[in-house]
Amino acid sequence: MTVTVREHTDRGPLSRDEIAARIARDIPRGAYVNLGIGQPTLVADHLGPDSGIVLHTENGMLGMGPVAVGDQVDPDLTNAGKIPVVELPGAAYFHHADSFAMMRGGHLDVCVLGAFQVSAGGDLANWHTGAPDAIPAVGGAMDLAIGAKQVVVMMTLLAKDGTPKLVRDCTYPLTGVGCVDRLYTDLAVFELGPGGAAVTETFGISYDELAARLDVPLRPGA
Amino acid sequence: MTTVHDSVDEAVAGIEDGSTVLVGGFGMAGMPVDLIDALIRQGATDLTVVSNNAGNGDTGLAALLAEGRVRKMVCSFPRQADSWVFDGLYRAGRIELEVVPQGNLAERMRAAGAGIGAFFCPTGVGTPLAEGKETREIDGRTYVLEYPLRADVALVKAHVADRMGNLVYRKTARNFGPVMATAATTTIVQVQQVVEPGGLDPEAVVTPGIYVDRVAVVPDRSGATS
Repeated sequence: MTVTVREHTDRGPLSRDEIAARIARDIPRGAYVNLGIGQPTLVADHLGPDSGIVLHTENGMLGMGPVAVGDQVDPDLTNAGKIPVVELPGAAYFHHADSFAMMRGGHLDVCVLGAFQVSAGGDLANWHTGAPDAIPAVGGAMDLAIGAKQVVVMMTLLAKDGTPKLVRDCTYPLTGVGCVDRLYTDLAVFELGPGGAAVTETFGISYDELAARLDVPLRPGA
Repeated sequence: MTTVHDSVDEAVAGIEDGSTVLVGGFGMAGMPVDLIDALIRQGATDLTVVSNNAGNGDTGLAALLAEGRVRKMVCSFPRQADSWVFDGLYRAGRIELEVVPQGNLAERMRAAGAGIGAFFCPTGVGTPLAEGKETREIDGRTYVLEYPLRADVALVKAHVADRMGNLVYRKTARNFGPVMATAATTTIVQVQQVVEPGGLDPEAVVTPGIYVDRVAVVPDRSGATS
Protein backbone atom coordinates (compact mmCIF):
# COMPACT_ATOMS: atom_id res chain seq x y z
CA MET A 1 0.00 0.00 0.00
CA THR A 2 1.35 3.41 -0.93
CA VAL A 3 1.06 5.98 1.81
CA THR A 4 0.39 9.43 0.44
CA VAL A 5 0.21 12.88 1.97
CA ARG A 6 -2.64 15.04 0.77
CA GLU A 7 -0.61 18.09 -0.27
CA HIS A 8 -2.64 21.27 -0.81
CA THR A 9 0.00 23.43 -2.49
CA ASP A 10 -2.55 25.32 -4.58
CA ARG A 11 -3.58 27.38 -1.56
CA GLY A 12 -1.99 29.21 1.38
CA PRO A 13 -1.74 28.04 4.98
CA LEU A 14 -4.99 27.54 6.92
CA SER A 15 -6.38 30.50 8.87
CA ARG A 16 -7.24 29.97 12.54
CA ASP A 17 -10.87 29.58 11.57
CA GLU A 18 -9.99 27.06 8.85
CA ILE A 19 -7.94 25.00 11.34
CA ALA A 20 -10.97 24.98 13.65
CA ALA A 21 -13.22 23.89 10.76
CA ARG A 22 -10.76 21.13 9.83
CA ILE A 23 -10.78 19.82 13.42
CA ALA A 24 -14.58 19.99 13.62
CA ARG A 25 -14.88 17.92 10.44
CA ASP A 26 -12.94 15.04 12.03
CA ILE A 27 -14.94 14.88 15.29
CA PRO A 28 -17.29 11.88 15.16
CA ARG A 29 -21.05 12.38 15.34
CA GLY A 30 -22.42 12.16 18.86
CA ALA A 31 -19.02 12.60 20.54
CA TYR A 32 -18.59 14.12 23.99
CA VAL A 33 -16.05 16.90 23.48
CA ASN A 34 -14.15 19.38 25.64
CA LEU A 35 -12.75 22.49 23.94
CA GLY A 36 -9.89 24.15 25.83
CA ILE A 37 -9.86 27.87 26.50
CA GLY A 38 -8.52 30.20 23.80
CA GLN A 39 -8.32 29.16 20.14
CA PRO A 40 -9.95 25.70 20.56
CA THR A 41 -13.27 27.39 21.41
CA LEU A 42 -13.44 28.37 17.71
CA VAL A 43 -14.12 24.70 16.88
CA ALA A 44 -17.63 25.09 18.36
CA ASP A 45 -18.55 27.49 15.53
CA HIS A 46 -18.07 24.67 13.02
CA LEU A 47 -20.03 21.88 14.69
CA GLY A 48 -23.29 21.35 12.82
CA PRO A 49 -26.53 21.49 14.82
CA ASP A 50 -27.33 17.93 13.71
CA SER A 51 -23.89 16.56 14.65
CA GLY A 52 -25.19 15.32 18.01
CA ILE A 53 -21.90 16.45 19.55
CA VAL A 54 -22.20 17.31 23.26
CA LEU A 55 -19.81 19.92 24.66
CA HIS A 56 -18.36 19.44 28.15
CA THR A 57 -17.04 22.35 30.18
CA GLU A 58 -14.72 21.61 33.11
CA ASN A 59 -16.67 23.89 35.45
CA GLY A 60 -19.47 21.37 35.58
CA MET A 61 -21.72 21.12 32.54
CA LEU A 62 -22.56 18.92 29.57
CA GLY A 63 -24.67 20.38 26.78
CA MET A 64 -22.99 23.76 26.74
CA GLY A 65 -24.30 26.14 24.10
CA PRO A 66 -22.81 29.23 22.45
CA VAL A 67 -21.65 32.45 24.08
CA ALA A 68 -24.56 34.32 25.69
CA VAL A 69 -25.66 37.65 24.25
CA GLY A 70 -27.84 40.43 25.67
CA ASP A 71 -30.49 39.19 28.09
CA GLN A 72 -29.07 35.65 27.97
CA VAL A 73 -26.06 36.67 30.08
CA ASP A 74 -26.25 35.00 33.50
CA PRO A 75 -23.28 35.27 35.91
CA ASP A 76 -24.05 31.76 37.19
CA LEU A 77 -23.56 30.19 33.75
CA THR A 78 -20.08 30.47 32.24
CA ASN A 79 -17.59 28.39 30.28
CA ALA A 80 -14.07 27.41 31.35
CA GLY A 81 -12.81 30.82 30.21
CA LYS A 82 -15.38 32.49 32.55
CA ILE A 83 -17.32 33.80 29.55
CA PRO A 84 -21.14 33.68 29.87
CA VAL A 85 -22.69 30.91 27.75
CA VAL A 86 -26.15 29.39 27.33
CA GLU A 87 -27.39 25.87 28.03
CA LEU A 88 -28.83 23.63 25.32
CA PRO A 89 -31.87 21.36 25.77
CA GLY A 90 -30.65 18.19 27.47
CA ALA A 91 -27.87 19.96 29.40
CA ALA A 92 -26.70 18.63 32.77
CA TYR A 93 -24.87 20.29 35.68
CA PHE A 94 -22.51 18.52 38.11
CA HIS A 95 -19.83 19.41 40.62
CA HIS A 96 -16.11 19.66 39.99
CA ALA A 97 -15.09 16.25 41.30
CA ASP A 98 -17.60 14.64 38.92
CA SER A 99 -16.51 16.86 36.06
CA PHE A 100 -12.91 15.74 36.38
CA ALA A 101 -13.86 12.12 37.07
CA MET A 102 -15.46 12.23 33.60
CA MET A 103 -12.09 13.23 32.13
CA ARG A 104 -9.85 10.83 34.04
CA GLY A 105 -12.34 8.02 33.75
CA GLY A 106 -12.07 8.05 29.96
CA HIS A 107 -15.64 9.15 29.30
CA LEU A 108 -14.78 12.15 27.12
CA ASP A 109 -14.22 11.19 23.49
CA VAL A 110 -12.19 14.19 22.35
CA CYS A 111 -10.52 17.23 23.85
CA VAL A 112 -8.99 20.05 21.83
CA LEU A 113 -6.17 22.00 23.48
CA GLY A 114 -3.79 24.81 22.57
CA ALA A 115 -0.04 24.37 23.04
CA PHE A 116 3.30 26.14 23.37
CA GLN A 117 5.10 23.01 22.16
CA VAL A 118 4.29 19.44 21.19
CA SER A 119 6.88 16.69 20.73
CA ALA A 120 6.83 14.19 17.89
CA GLY A 121 6.10 11.49 20.47
CA GLY A 122 3.03 13.35 21.71
CA ASP A 123 4.36 15.15 24.80
CA LEU A 124 2.43 18.35 25.48
CA ALA A 125 3.64 21.67 26.95
CA ASN A 126 0.86 24.21 27.29
CA TRP A 127 0.67 25.53 30.86
CA HIS A 128 3.87 27.33 31.75
CA THR A 129 6.68 28.98 29.83
CA GLY A 130 9.04 28.38 32.76
CA ALA A 131 10.12 32.04 32.62
CA PRO A 132 11.32 33.17 36.07
CA ASP A 133 8.77 36.01 36.33
CA ALA A 134 5.81 33.97 34.98
CA ILE A 135 3.05 33.03 37.42
CA PRO A 136 2.32 29.34 36.82
CA ALA A 137 -1.35 28.43 36.17
CA VAL A 138 -2.37 24.94 35.12
CA GLY A 139 -6.17 24.87 35.45
CA GLY A 140 -7.58 21.65 34.01
CA ALA A 141 -4.94 21.18 31.30
CA MET A 142 -3.10 18.27 32.92
CA ASP A 143 -6.32 16.42 33.74
CA LEU A 144 -7.66 16.83 30.20
CA ALA A 145 -4.37 15.87 28.59
CA ILE A 146 -4.29 12.45 30.24
CA GLY A 147 -8.02 11.88 30.44
CA ALA A 148 -9.76 12.27 27.11
CA LYS A 149 -9.77 9.25 24.78
CA GLN A 150 -8.41 11.38 21.96
CA VAL A 151 -6.29 14.47 22.62
CA VAL A 152 -6.10 16.94 19.77
CA VAL A 153 -3.90 20.03 19.69
CA MET A 154 -4.61 23.15 17.66
CA MET A 155 -1.77 25.63 17.16
CA THR A 156 0.31 27.45 14.57
CA LEU A 157 3.22 25.25 13.52
CA LEU A 158 5.78 28.03 13.91
CA ALA A 159 6.25 30.50 16.77
CA LYS A 160 6.26 34.22 15.96
CA ASP A 161 10.06 34.09 15.58
CA GLY A 162 9.77 31.23 13.08
CA THR A 163 10.93 28.40 15.35
CA PRO A 164 8.88 25.21 15.03
CA LYS A 165 6.57 24.35 17.92
CA LEU A 166 6.59 20.67 16.90
CA VAL A 167 9.89 19.52 18.44
CA ARG A 168 11.92 16.40 19.27
CA ASP A 169 11.69 17.15 23.00
CA CYS A 170 9.72 19.95 24.67
CA THR A 171 11.87 22.59 26.35
CA TYR A 172 8.90 24.13 28.22
CA PRO A 173 7.58 22.35 31.34
CA LEU A 174 5.38 19.40 30.39
CA THR A 175 1.61 19.17 30.80
CA GLY A 176 1.47 15.47 29.91
CA VAL A 177 3.71 12.72 28.53
CA GLY A 178 2.88 10.99 25.24
CA CYS A 179 -0.71 12.21 25.42
CA VAL A 180 -1.30 14.05 22.11
CA ASP A 181 -2.81 11.90 19.36
CA ARG A 182 -3.28 14.42 16.60
CA LEU A 183 -1.89 17.88 15.85
CA TYR A 184 -3.68 20.36 13.58
CA THR A 185 -1.70 23.40 12.44
CA ASP A 186 -1.88 26.08 9.75
CA LEU A 187 0.68 24.20 7.62
CA ALA A 188 -0.06 20.52 8.23
CA VAL A 189 -1.97 17.83 10.11
CA PHE A 190 0.07 15.23 12.03
CA GLU A 191 -0.61 11.93 13.75
CA LEU A 192 1.66 11.62 16.80
CA GLY A 193 2.68 8.63 18.87
CA PRO A 194 5.52 6.42 20.07
CA GLY A 195 6.55 5.93 16.42
CA GLY A 196 6.98 9.69 15.90
CA ALA A 197 5.16 12.17 13.68
CA ALA A 198 3.26 11.19 10.53
CA VAL A 199 2.03 13.92 8.15
CA THR A 200 -1.41 13.32 6.70
CA GLU A 201 -2.08 16.64 5.01
CA THR A 202 -0.25 19.87 4.16
CA PHE A 203 -1.52 23.38 3.35
CA GLY A 204 0.43 25.89 1.27
CA ILE A 205 3.59 23.82 1.55
CA SER A 206 4.77 20.51 0.13
CA TYR A 207 5.72 17.54 2.29
CA ASP A 208 9.40 17.95 1.35
CA GLU A 209 9.38 21.67 2.16
CA LEU A 210 7.69 20.92 5.49
CA ALA A 211 10.25 18.24 6.37
CA ALA A 212 13.04 20.74 5.65
CA ARG A 213 11.50 23.30 8.06
CA LEU A 214 11.19 20.89 10.99
CA ASP A 215 13.86 19.31 13.14
CA VAL A 216 11.90 16.14 13.84
CA PRO A 217 11.88 12.82 12.01
CA LEU A 218 8.76 12.79 9.81
CA ARG A 219 7.09 10.17 7.72
CA PRO A 220 4.22 10.41 5.30
CA GLY A 221 1.06 8.90 6.71
CA ALA A 222 -2.61 8.87 5.81
CA MET B 1 -26.96 20.24 63.23
CA THR B 2 -27.35 23.17 60.86
CA THR B 3 -28.00 26.65 62.20
CA VAL B 4 -29.59 29.38 60.11
CA HIS B 5 -28.36 32.95 60.50
CA ASP B 6 -29.82 36.24 59.38
CA SER B 7 -26.40 37.84 59.21
CA VAL B 8 -23.26 36.75 57.43
CA ASP B 9 -21.20 38.27 60.27
CA GLU B 10 -22.83 35.88 62.74
CA ALA B 11 -22.23 33.00 60.32
CA VAL B 12 -18.45 33.53 60.08
CA ALA B 13 -17.91 34.15 63.82
CA GLY B 14 -15.08 32.23 65.40
CA ILE B 15 -12.83 31.66 62.34
CA GLU B 16 -9.34 31.60 63.83
CA ASP B 17 -6.04 33.08 62.67
CA GLY B 18 -3.99 30.53 60.73
CA SER B 19 -7.05 28.63 59.49
CA THR B 20 -7.22 26.81 56.18
CA VAL B 21 -10.29 28.12 54.35
CA LEU B 22 -11.89 26.59 51.26
CA VAL B 23 -13.51 29.27 49.09
CA GLY B 24 -16.00 28.12 46.46
CA GLY B 25 -16.36 29.57 43.00
CA PHE B 26 -14.94 29.35 39.51
CA GLY B 27 -14.07 32.92 38.74
CA MET B 28 -17.00 34.87 40.19
CA ALA B 29 -19.60 32.13 39.50
CA GLY B 30 -20.33 30.57 42.89
CA MET B 31 -17.98 32.93 44.73
CA PRO B 32 -19.40 33.51 48.26
CA VAL B 33 -18.68 37.25 48.14
CA ASP B 34 -20.84 38.19 51.15
CA LEU B 35 -19.22 35.56 53.39
CA ILE B 36 -15.77 36.76 52.31
CA ASP B 37 -16.73 40.37 53.06
CA ALA B 38 -17.86 39.19 56.50
CA LEU B 39 -14.56 37.34 56.99
CA ILE B 40 -12.72 40.57 56.15
CA ARG B 41 -14.72 42.36 58.87
CA GLN B 42 -14.26 39.43 61.27
CA GLY B 43 -10.49 39.88 61.13
CA ALA B 44 -8.97 36.37 60.92
CA THR B 45 -5.53 36.52 59.32
CA ASP B 46 -2.53 34.37 58.33
CA LEU B 47 -4.99 32.24 56.35
CA THR B 48 -4.32 29.49 53.84
CA VAL B 49 -6.99 29.80 51.15
CA VAL B 50 -7.91 26.99 48.77
CA SER B 51 -9.87 28.13 45.72
CA ASN B 52 -9.76 27.47 42.00
CA ASN B 53 -8.58 30.98 41.17
CA ALA B 54 -6.71 33.61 43.16
CA GLY B 55 -9.29 36.37 42.98
CA ASN B 56 -10.88 38.35 40.18
CA GLY B 57 -11.08 42.12 40.03
CA ASP B 58 -11.21 43.83 43.42
CA THR B 59 -14.12 42.08 45.14
CA GLY B 60 -14.63 38.74 46.88
CA LEU B 61 -11.42 36.73 47.30
CA ALA B 62 -9.39 39.53 45.70
CA ALA B 63 -10.54 41.89 48.49
CA LEU B 64 -9.42 39.40 51.16
CA LEU B 65 -6.02 39.12 49.46
CA ALA B 66 -5.73 42.90 49.19
CA GLU B 67 -6.24 43.14 52.97
CA GLY B 68 -3.06 41.07 53.43
CA ARG B 69 -4.91 38.33 55.30
CA VAL B 70 -3.79 35.36 53.21
CA ARG B 71 -0.40 33.72 53.79
CA LYS B 72 -0.77 31.05 51.12
CA MET B 73 -2.99 30.35 48.10
CA VAL B 74 -3.64 26.80 46.94
CA CYS B 75 -5.28 26.97 43.52
CA SER B 76 -5.21 25.69 39.95
CA PHE B 77 -5.34 28.90 37.95
CA PRO B 78 -4.09 32.07 39.68
CA ARG B 79 -3.08 34.03 36.58
CA GLN B 80 -5.96 35.68 34.76
CA ALA B 81 -6.64 38.93 32.97
CA ASP B 82 -8.21 40.37 36.14
CA SER B 83 -6.01 38.81 38.87
CA TRP B 84 -3.99 41.98 39.46
CA VAL B 85 -4.31 41.84 43.26
CA PHE B 86 -2.79 38.36 43.51
CA ASP B 87 -0.21 39.09 40.79
CA GLY B 88 1.07 42.12 42.72
CA LEU B 89 1.35 40.22 46.01
CA TYR B 90 3.06 37.25 44.33
CA ARG B 91 5.61 39.36 42.48
CA ALA B 92 6.34 41.25 45.71
CA GLY B 93 6.98 37.94 47.51
CA ARG B 94 4.13 38.60 49.93
CA ILE B 95 2.14 35.41 49.30
CA GLU B 96 2.97 31.72 48.85
CA LEU B 97 1.47 29.77 45.96
CA GLU B 98 0.81 26.06 45.54
CA VAL B 99 -0.45 25.24 42.04
CA VAL B 100 -2.57 22.08 41.89
CA PRO B 101 -4.13 20.60 38.74
CA GLN B 102 -7.83 21.44 38.87
CA GLY B 103 -9.04 17.84 39.01
CA ASN B 104 -6.56 17.02 41.78
CA LEU B 105 -7.77 20.02 43.74
CA ALA B 106 -11.34 18.70 43.55
CA GLU B 107 -10.43 15.05 44.14
CA ARG B 108 -8.14 15.83 47.09
CA MET B 109 -11.04 17.62 48.79
CA ARG B 110 -13.41 14.81 47.85
CA ALA B 111 -10.97 12.34 49.43
CA ALA B 112 -10.78 14.44 52.60
CA GLY B 113 -14.56 14.49 52.87
CA ALA B 114 -14.88 10.78 52.10
CA GLY B 115 -12.29 9.47 54.57
CA ILE B 116 -9.82 8.34 51.91
CA GLY B 117 -6.21 8.22 53.16
CA ALA B 118 -4.62 8.97 49.77
CA PHE B 119 -5.17 8.02 46.13
CA PHE B 120 -3.17 7.19 43.01
CA CYS B 121 -3.97 9.60 40.16
CA PRO B 122 -2.69 9.64 36.57
CA THR B 123 -2.75 13.45 36.30
CA GLY B 124 0.61 15.18 36.11
CA VAL B 125 2.81 12.11 35.66
CA GLY B 126 6.17 13.22 34.25
CA THR B 127 5.47 16.93 34.87
CA PRO B 128 6.98 19.41 37.34
CA LEU B 129 3.82 19.23 39.49
CA ALA B 130 4.49 15.55 40.27
CA GLU B 131 8.19 15.99 41.05
CA GLY B 132 9.24 14.32 44.29
CA LYS B 133 5.93 12.53 44.70
CA GLU B 134 5.57 8.78 45.12
CA THR B 135 4.47 6.96 41.95
CA ARG B 136 3.25 3.46 41.27
CA GLU B 137 2.63 1.43 38.13
CA ILE B 138 -0.80 -0.22 38.15
CA ASP B 139 -1.86 -2.37 35.17
CA GLY B 140 0.86 -0.81 33.03
CA ARG B 141 0.01 2.82 33.76
CA THR B 142 1.90 5.19 36.07
CA TYR B 143 0.02 7.03 38.84
CA VAL B 144 1.04 9.71 41.36
CA LEU B 145 0.15 9.44 45.04
CA GLU B 146 -2.00 12.39 46.10
CA TYR B 147 -3.13 13.23 49.62
CA PRO B 148 -6.43 14.61 50.89
CA LEU B 149 -6.88 18.35 51.27
CA ARG B 150 -8.92 19.10 54.37
CA ALA B 151 -9.69 22.44 55.94
CA ASP B 152 -10.96 24.17 59.03
CA VAL B 153 -13.62 26.17 57.22
CA ALA B 154 -15.44 26.07 53.87
CA LEU B 155 -17.18 29.17 52.51
CA VAL B 156 -19.71 28.14 49.86
CA LYS B 157 -22.42 29.87 47.84
CA ALA B 158 -25.53 27.84 47.04
CA HIS B 159 -28.90 28.91 45.68
CA VAL B 160 -31.52 27.69 48.15
CA ALA B 161 -31.25 25.84 51.48
CA ASP B 162 -33.89 24.36 53.72
CA ARG B 163 -33.62 24.60 57.50
CA MET B 164 -32.04 21.13 57.58
CA GLY B 165 -29.08 22.54 55.60
CA ASN B 166 -29.93 20.67 52.40
CA LEU B 167 -28.69 22.67 49.42
CA VAL B 168 -29.45 23.18 45.77
CA TYR B 169 -27.18 25.19 43.51
CA ARG B 170 -27.69 27.16 40.32
CA LYS B 171 -26.13 26.22 36.95
CA THR B 172 -22.31 26.32 36.79
CA ALA B 173 -22.18 28.24 40.10
CA ARG B 174 -22.33 24.75 41.66
CA ASN B 175 -18.68 24.00 40.71
CA PHE B 176 -16.57 23.32 43.85
CA GLY B 177 -19.36 23.92 46.40
CA PRO B 178 -20.57 20.33 46.95
CA VAL B 179 -17.02 18.98 47.31
CA MET B 180 -15.79 21.77 49.59
CA ALA B 181 -18.85 21.37 51.82
CA THR B 182 -17.67 17.83 52.67
CA ALA B 183 -14.01 18.65 53.33
CA ALA B 184 -14.10 21.22 56.16
CA THR B 185 -14.66 21.00 59.89
CA THR B 186 -17.08 23.92 59.66
CA THR B 187 -19.01 24.51 56.43
CA ILE B 188 -20.63 27.93 56.10
CA VAL B 189 -23.01 28.56 53.21
CA GLN B 190 -24.62 31.70 51.82
CA VAL B 191 -27.90 31.24 49.97
CA GLN B 192 -30.48 33.54 48.45
CA GLN B 193 -33.35 31.88 50.25
CA VAL B 194 -34.05 29.48 53.11
CA VAL B 195 -37.19 27.37 52.96
CA GLU B 196 -38.89 25.18 55.54
CA PRO B 197 -38.16 21.43 55.61
CA GLY B 198 -40.17 19.88 52.78
CA GLY B 199 -39.67 22.98 50.64
CA LEU B 200 -36.93 21.28 48.61
CA ASP B 201 -37.57 18.16 46.55
CA PRO B 202 -35.46 15.48 48.32
CA GLU B 203 -34.63 13.99 44.90
CA ALA B 204 -33.14 17.32 43.81
CA VAL B 205 -30.95 17.98 46.88
CA VAL B 206 -27.30 18.24 45.80
CA THR B 207 -25.59 18.72 49.17
CA PRO B 208 -27.31 16.91 52.06
CA GLY B 209 -27.52 18.95 55.26
CA ILE B 210 -25.17 16.61 57.15
CA TYR B 211 -22.28 18.49 55.50
CA VAL B 212 -23.58 21.97 56.34
CA ASP B 213 -23.02 23.71 59.70
CA ARG B 214 -24.19 27.29 59.17
CA VAL B 215 -26.43 28.92 56.59
CA ALA B 216 -26.72 32.67 56.06
CA VAL B 217 -29.43 34.28 53.95
CA VAL B 218 -28.18 36.86 51.47
CA PRO B 219 -30.90 38.17 49.17
CA ASP B 220 -29.68 38.41 45.59
CA ARG B 221 -28.67 41.83 44.35
CA SER B 222 -27.47 40.96 40.86
CA GLY B 223 -30.88 40.50 39.32
CA ALA B 224 -30.19 36.85 38.49
CA THR B 225 -33.14 34.96 39.87
CA SER B 226 -35.17 31.86 38.96
